Amino acid sequence: MAIELKMPALSPTMEEGTLAKWLVKTGDVVKSGDILAEIETDKATMEFEAVDEGTIAEILVPEGSEGVRVGTVIATITGEGDAGAPAAKAPAPVPVPPPASPRPAPPASAAPEAPSGGPTAKMTVREALRDAMAEEMRADDRVFVMGEEVAEYQGAYKVTQGLLEEFGPRRVIDTPITEYGFAGIGTGAAMGGLRPIVEFMTFNFAMQAIDHIINSAAKTNYMSGGQMRCPIVFRGPNGAASRVGAQHSQNYAPWYASVPGLIVIAPYDAADAKGLLRAAIQSPDPVVFLENELVYGRSFEVPVGDIVLPIGKARTVRAGTDVTIVSYSIGVGLSLEAAEQLASEGIDAEVIDLRTLRPLDKTAVLESLARTNRMVVVEEGWPTCSIATEIIAICMEDGFDDLDAPVARVCDEDVPLPYAANLEKLAIVDVPRIVAAVRRTCNR
Amino acid sequence: MAKGPILAKAPAKASEGSALAQAKRYKASQDELLRFYRDMLLIRRFEERAGQLYGLGFIGGFCHLYIGQEAVAVGLQSALTPGKDSVITGYRDHGHMLAYGIDPKVIMAELTGRAAGISLGKGGSMHMFSTEHRFYGGHGIVGAQVPLGTGLAFGHKYSGDGGVCMAYFGDGAANQGQVYEAFNMAALWKLPIIFVIENNGYAMGTKVDRSSAETDFHLRGTAFRIPGIQVNGMDVLEVRGAANVAVDYVRGGNGPLLMELKTYRYRGHSMSDPAKYRSREEVQDVREKSDAIEAVKRDLAAVGVDEEALKAIDKEIRQIVAEAADFAESSPEPAPHELYTDVLVGTY
Repeated sequence: MAIELKMPALSPTMEEGTLAKWLVKTGDVVKSGDILAEIETDKATMEFEAVDEGTIAEILVPEGSEGVRVGTVIATITGEGDAGAPAAKAPAPVPVPPPASPRPAPPASAAPEAPSGGPTAKMTVREALRDAMAEEMRADDRVFVMGEEVAEYQGAYKVTQGLLEEFGPRRVIDTPITEYGFAGIGTGAAMGGLRPIVEFMTFNFAMQAIDHIINSAAKTNYMSGGQMRCPIVFRGPNGAASRVGAQHSQNYAPWYASVPGLIVIAPYDAADAKGLLRAAIQSPDPVVFLENELVYGRSFEVPVGDIVLPIGKARTVRAGTDVTIVSYSIGVGLSLEAAEQLASEGIDAEVIDLRTLRPLDKTAVLESLARTNRMVVVEEGWPTCSIATEIIAICMEDGFDDLDAPVARVCDEDVPLPYAANLEKLAIVDVPRIVAAVRRTCNR
Repeated sequence: MAKGPILAKAPAKASEGSALAQAKRYKASQDELLRFYRDMLLIRRFEERAGQLYGLGFIGGFCHLYIGQEAVAVGLQSALTPGKDSVITGYRDHGHMLAYGIDPKVIMAELTGRAAGISLGKGGSMHMFSTEHRFYGGHGIVGAQVPLGTGLAFGHKYSGDGGVCMAYFGDGAANQGQVYEAFNMAALWKLPIIFVIENNGYAMGTKVDRSSAETDFHLRGTAFRIPGIQVNGMDVLEVRGAANVAVDYVRGGNGPLLMELKTYRYRGHSMSDPAKYRSREEVQDVREKSDAIEAVKRDLAAVGVDEEALKAIDKEIRQIVAEAADFAESSPEPAPHELYTDVLVGTY
């Protein structure tokens, strides 16, 4: 009986990868621990080891194949008992599906604000963030990046890939696992005049460091009467990833956005990631820059050349007339998908990406509300005391007369994020829930 | 109180240990002695007046006085180069600011919450800064200044400006976890920082032996190979002697150094402290036997400075403090619109 070797998932968020190289060929005898192949994810190249013993019967996916879905049978092994017997009929080679992610990149959105109409290049969010840091580091020697695994490992999520090579260990600094300590060191360095970028492997770990973000970084300018500044960027992935459980899956946007003295940015696409991270590094104020692991690998068109985008400005990513969907970060992608589906039902939804959560672009929200008179807020995060509730309060206070229906919020369920795949799916905001909320808001 | 600097039992290297072991009581010139006397007296009189103003309602909130500990800030900071070396401390910060030559008027006006205060009245006693003097606060979260100071030291090394950072914290803060996170990175990256533990015997109301498994705080860096020296913090000349050795060591690129200054605070932890955790006799005993200002007076007498000269200084200091208090009482409060300024630097 042949044993099927399947394309392995090599990280919590991996959905597909490149089968870079086979290290065995048909007929080779392999034993547990032998390296069979090299597989490239968007983060790293990993070695794929044999678990079972036997003879390679058939290689079904040739090396160099890109976009091989996790779970695809890539080879078969015949076990010892099968030796000599005719090789069991291997399942027909599974055609490699096109690299479609379960959450496909939404339809092309309105072009980013920066040089409109100019040339663009396709780029992942991960590359855009890296380029933003590299460009600022080239321009200003005071800019450096520190965090766990940012240098030699090339970044836990490969966001700092290549920076050590270009800028050296003076400016790309691996820290011990000591968030409170290095957040404080970064903050102190900023107080002394440098421009640190502090990477948290995830913002869940920044809980250890939140005292320095809030008490040391955010308040010092005010407490010193404007004398002592703290130009620092705290950045890293935020929000739910994939199957990593409650302690690694939280959206901290509302926490930080409630603190005067901080700038809070949570971009969605690559152009915004690049342009806003550059703006964040240039800002004289402390910035919390919230990324999303699930978005790192998505590709978007990014204007070629210098892009620095304004902090504090939302963006209309899809114009519409019937209802406004307000979101940020990964919620923007879901909202755009929902808008496409709604369009087929005859509901023309406008989608606004807040991009900056503090200071919040109230004007953009209220202007859109004045046009559509209906609003739904989409947030990958808990509903209670959220960005959604803030948007709703703004609409109540300053947009009441424009409302034809109560503002609805579509958020994650109000529970710690469960591990079980089905429960996790139930907990997290998705397109059907957005579509349903928009229909209700539009009385459809 | 310790007699002479005591070297940590497990210094990073023997050679470093021997250099550090050479710390001796500083041989001050008469002018330097007078300077120490004057600076310490300024802190004491300033703090006494701050205590009075608190009682009169001019100062609110928390107010932590430095009375008794004057020799520490004066002895250590006299060894630094103002404008080049940085200083950071916790909430008991008035003395360190005065020791760095910051105008008593703007400090007192900050205590009274006035627009002329060094933080425009928006910081208060615990949150004062002077970037001009490279004095970086004034931090209210116990222990936070230790990583922050390590960050300042990181900046000195990164920019190659030759400066060192002196980061003060107390025996209470020495039990915060972040202190050891900072120790680790400071030692790992050989940052130019002097960690100064002002051991005044009490973390608020808790005596050190009730809160600390290792009460010899100068040993607290040994796990990170940070050498430590224990110094009698009630003798400004011992403090200065040890400071010279420490500054040379750290400026020489050897990485961080830990100093434990054995000292004592005469007043409560803050103005609202009833001080039931220790006896009046204990406080009185230190005042009578170990007072740092009285010690300098004796040193001055020994080099022939007469009472008249000291009285002239006393008079000058009283005048400075009286002017600072008048200024702080009579300056206007911040304008209401200042509520909204300095939240952010940029406009967005």
